[in-house]
Amino acid sequence: MPRRSETAAPDKGMVMLKIEGLTAEVEGKQILKGIDLEVPAGEIHAIMGPNGSGKSTLSYVLSGREGYEITGGAVTFNGVDLLAMEPEERAAAGLFLAFQYPVELPGVGNALFLRTALNAVRKARGEPELDAMQFLKVARERLKALHISEDMLKRGVNVGFSGGEKKRNEVLQMALLAPKLAILDETDSGLDIDALKIVSEGVNALRAPGFSALVITHYQRLLDYIVPDKVHVLMGGRIVQTGGPELAKQLEESGYASVQAAA
Amino acid sequence: MTAHPTGAAGFLHRFEGLRRRLPGARLPYVEALRAQAAEAFRSQGFPTRRVEAWKYTDLRPVADAGFDEALSAVDSTPDLPTAYGAARAVFVDGRFRTDLSTLDGLACRVEGLAAALPGLDGRLGQLARVEAQPMVALNTMLFEDGLVVTVPAGVAAGVLDLVSLGTASERPEAFHPRHLIRLEPGASLTIVETATGPDEARYLHNPVYEIEVSEGATLTHARIQQEAARAFQLSTVYARVAAGGTYDNFTLNAGGRLVRNEIHTVLAGPKAACHMNGAQLLRDGQHADTTTVLDHAAPDCASRQTYKTVLSGKSRGVFQGKIHVHQVAQRTDGYQMNQALLLSPEAEIDSKPQLEIYADDVKCSHGATVGEIDAEQLFYLRARGIPEERARAMLVEAFLREAIEGVQDETARAALDAAVTGWWSRQEAAA
Repeated sequence: MPRRSETAAPDKGMVMLKIEGLTAEVEGKQILKGIDLEVPAGEIHAIMGPNGSGKSTLSYVLSGREGYEITGGAVTFNGVDLLAMEPEERAAAGLFLAFQYPVELPGVGNALFLRTALNAVRKARGEPELDAMQFLKVARERLKALHISEDMLKRGVNVGFSGGEKKRNEVLQMALLAPKLAILDETDSGLDIDALKIVSEGVNALRAPGFSALVITHYQRLLDYIVPDKVHVLMGGRIVQTGGPELAKQLEESGYASVQAAA
Repeated sequence: MTAHPTGAAGFLHRFEGLRRRLPGARLPYVEALRAQAAEAFRSQGFPTRRVEAWKYTDLRPVADAGFDEALSAVDSTPDLPTAYGAARAVFVDGRFRTDLSTLDGLACRVEGLAAALPGLDGRLGQLARVEAQPMVALNTMLFEDGLVVTVPAGVAAGVLDLVSLGTASERPEAFHPRHLIRLEPGASLTIVETATGPDEARYLHNPVYEIEVSEGATLTHARIQQEAARAFQLSTVYARVAAGGTYDNFTLNAGGRLVRNEIHTVLAGPKAACHMNGAQLLRDGQHADTTTVLDHAAPDCASRQTYKTVLSGKSRGVFQGKIHVHQVAQRTDGYQMNQALLLSPEAEIDSKPQLEIYADDVKCSHGATVGEIDAEQLFYLRARGIPEERARAMLVEAFLREAIEGVQDETARAALDAAVTGWWSRQEAAA
């Protein structure tokens, strides 16, 4: 048995993601103004907020995209300093960002992309790499479970994909890479109800004591399908309110202005 | 050791010394071609950057090198590169080596030029131009050998490998092979050409091609240029495509110190087509120049050109592409795209598209882009766990893919794929 380079899945209830006093700037403008957040293992948390509140910035800072300057605070992922890691190291450690706008990669075949990603993560975890045949077998199972046509493997990554196909391709990647923490950045935007169900099923299928998710969304709709353990409201770069799933419904009815008034 | 004259004077000096010994010296038509070429070369000399066609490529390193002609070389038996077709013609230092070649089973006639010269009056020199083309003049003045391929009407001749090997020698050598390729009506042929040499070799490979594609014939011509790191290759292709014929050229420039790939194609009959695609993969101090001149000289012809250049280190790339649509060439469909990907801030690309259109019913588009690796794409790959170097390699390969996918012939495409993959692994190993 290959030795794993890291600890096994954390027990339910242990803190998987811990954000303390996180502040960050984009092009000299402060967007995150002191975020405090804890996501225990096995829980799904939603972050809701109006446009411009810092939702996408938070997801990019957590996944290590360039162009965001972290000016203060700390983030640990299963006890390890997340902000010190390269994006590929974060992915190998089990963090997955489902992009709001998945990037098109003309000339890169989807199958090659998925296999390269899966093998890179497997290698980093000390697991054996899969050859083309082994990969195809695994990929087919996932495609079937997500009701995605096999044809999608043959196309360029996200090239000419509809909005729904792109999001499904994100969920397919997530299913293959089997992350510990998934960050879904407005995955519901641009999805019709059928696609929304498929995407939600993909996330719900991963639900386990060692899996957590941070579901970032503007609307309550997605949370009918992925029922969160907690809902946080992000406004003006801070978490201004935290509650249970009922908070999402409340926001849907009375809007963000009511929270602002209360905060 | 006596001083060896360099520059144009050096080549002219050696021509005078060798002219009685060069192949075809007793054939009046060859003698006349060489004399005319020598005169053209004498009056023009090596092109300088003051000449518009050579504005971005400085030939002084070639002019200053001081070469011997291959006539003085000894026979050697170098290692041969991977074979793609069943038949292959091997040239060592520009000379056809029947002992290393395998030509059985090819459904067309393949001969060495030196031996075939008595029968080539009226064919040799028909397409090549020595005026305003000093390197073609040099080739005509000093060619010693070449390949003569004739595919009979209606014959699908298969795949022919054309291998050119430069060898290491005490003094750098120059060789100027002249290749004549003729496809008769309805014929087809794929040529996969590999030009290479050992690391330590210094030489000038100055080939000229005269290619005739007759009515309804198809020639696929994949050229893989992987010359030795200190070698020069200056090649000039002349292709004439008759009605309904197709010339499909792909040139990969990956080796050599200073390289020019110049192609002149004439679409001479209605519904003729050509694809001129290519990739240049450059690093360190390499210089590679692709120059295309395309004449749409008949109606209803289509042309597609996609050239991609990847530059790292202090390398320099050049693309010059001229499309000339003659007045008769109504309903021309022309497309030209050249794109460069800069991997280093010290690399440089010069790009000069040029359209001259004299017909009024024409669809012609061209474009040029220069960029770096897209930060969004790179982040997307890294966010999926793919290490940065591997992610960059994937994006470079993807950038080149579009040009290679344009090659219709599968054998040629596989050969090009392998060459690109090989270039990238060497690039990564060196980094």
